[in-house]
Amino acid sequence: MRNTWTVCRRELYSYFVSPIAWVLLTIFAFLSGYFCYAATAFFVRDSLQSQMQGQSFPMSINDRIIVPVLQNVSVIALFLIPLLAMRLFAEEKRQGTIELLVTSPVHDLEIIIGKWFSAVLMYGALLFLVFLDFIFLFMYGNPDWKPVALGFLGLWLQGAAILALCTFISTLTKNQIVAAAAGFGLSLLLFVLSWATAFESSAIAQVLSYLSIVSHFDSFSRGVMDSKDFIFYLSMIFFGLFLTARSLESLRWRA
Amino acid sequence: MIQVQGLTKRYARHVAVDDISFSVEKGDIVGFLGPNGAGKTTTMRVLTCFMPPTNGTATVAGYDVFENPMEVKKRIGYLPETPPVYPEMEVGDYLAFVGRLKGIQGRDLRRRVDEVAERCAIGDVKKKLIAKLSKGYRQRVGLAQAIIHNPEVLILDEPTSGLDPKQIIETRELIKSLAGEHTIVLSTHILPEVEAVCEKVIIINKGKVVKTDSVENLTHHMSGTDAVSLEVETDGIAGQSDVQQRLERISGVSKVLFKQAEDHRMTFEVESLPGHIARGEVARAVVNAGWNLLELRSLSYSLEEVFLQLTGETPVNEEPEAAPPSTETKVEQPGEQQ
Repeated sequence: MRNTWTVCRRELYSYFVSPIAWVLLTIFAFLSGYFCYAATAFFVRDSLQSQMQGQSFPMSINDRIIVPVLQNVSVIALFLIPLLAMRLFAEEKRQGTIELLVTSPVHDLEIIIGKWFSAVLMYGALLFLVFLDFIFLFMYGNPDWKPVALGFLGLWLQGAAILALCTFISTLTKNQIVAAAAGFGLSLLLFVLSWATAFESSAIAQVLSYLSIVSHFDSFSRGVMDSKDFIFYLSMIFFGLFLTARSLESLRWRA
Repeated sequence: MIQVQGLTKRYARHVAVDDISFSVEKGDIVGFLGPNGAGKTTTMRVLTCFMPPTNGTATVAGYDVFENPMEVKKRIGYLPETPPVYPEMEVGDYLAFVGRLKGIQGRDLRRRVDEVAERCAIGDVKKKLIAKLSKGYRQRVGLAQAIIHNPEVLILDEPTSGLDPKQIIETRELIKSLAGEHTIVLSTHILPEVEAVCEKVIIINKGKVVKTDSVENLTHHMSGTDAVSLEVETDGIAGQSDVQQRLERISGVSKVLFKQAEDHRMTFEVESLPGHIARGEVARAVVNAGWNLLELRSLSYSLEEVFLQLTGETPVNEEPEAAPPSTETKVEQPGEQQ
């Protein structure tokens, strides 16, 4: 546990002394800020319109702003996450520091979890920026906080799952660009798998669609906590970290 | 302290280390000597538990590297060929990170970081980014990192490669100063380094141990007799055989070897009988004959020649290119073409 934290801390250190953390935070702040702004602007226009037409149909901030923004963020995250995970092992392999890590008295799993968790924390920092945007909604409106909390939990879990897979990809190469490209391809694929059921409803299509990582986020974003989705993300994380452990082990036999 | 028995490491296509055995006693400084590609790094990586052996066993401080890697890792400090440093970190932070990784905590950690920084003369750059350090400083940071948990065994892979002469000397001094407290195994392909630093040498070539001996024994053994190289300019009348005969008649000379001649200049190698040093006689004989003595130089075998003799390489191609494809495959190739 202590070793895991040691590894994790060093990774966070590297994120923040290199430009990568700041660049990602800036990009994410701009994008999520714009999404929030646009959703709120639409909401304000629609509510003015409904007032002028004299129809006072209920306008929910949760439905009209928070859910769409969270869903948008879940898609942008797919693009940014590979950038967070690309250096985790690829950089160590390139610099030769991997030799330091695996010849130190720490278990492989401690190294892997430490590294993965640092990326998960970093991703949490990105999500925190979105939360800052939402604070204004709470200041001027009265949204239900529970679906917001669940939405963030879902986003975080989804990110953690993709990060686990991207961590695995990072062990396969010395080149960060390759790791990022492969990770991006994989997360995009996991995103579009949900389309499979649009054309047919065979068993294979159903399985493919179930594997899609964003479809499991929908219930979270609507404030529904479904154990099925929860378990899906946890098993994805487990699967990704398991592959990473195997890959790191095979590295030793081959190296 | 280190026991290696029948260690073999096989890769997909070649055997990097082939059935080697050796042992290192506590407190020794052992040089691991061999041309590039001889299997030095592979052996060290097995000892540091970086990779498991294909066959055979290796134990460090009584713990097997395969059965009990955690215990071995606790007792080993390892400096790979390129120092395993993170360029984006400050030296002090980096050392603290490695210390924590090796299990040092709290107040001890800060104390150890200061100690090793002073030891390796990097105290003045503790606040600097590693990326900004020169190669020599980086190497010292690498050494500091290896000794931070005060390990019983230090394994250094080519600790002076890529440094300038001044840095090489400094690094060697540093390694020597570490000797008393640690058992040190260092690899190198530079022979004077072994002579300068080590007490014992293990010569390895093409994955096999060629010889294990103390440095002193090895050089002494090969230079038991006094030999000199002699260059003579004759008056133009005396030929090569005349000079040779004249030299052979000197008492105390056991062998005269003709090396080369150019006009009236000739070079000979003159060996004395064991226990004799016939240099003075040789010089006098040449001068008395009315010839010019151009050069008289002692020929003690350097470790270099010992090494070449043992590995069976001719002096001309001193560094065989990465040896791996073993001689067997070379023999097979013509057969395949037929």
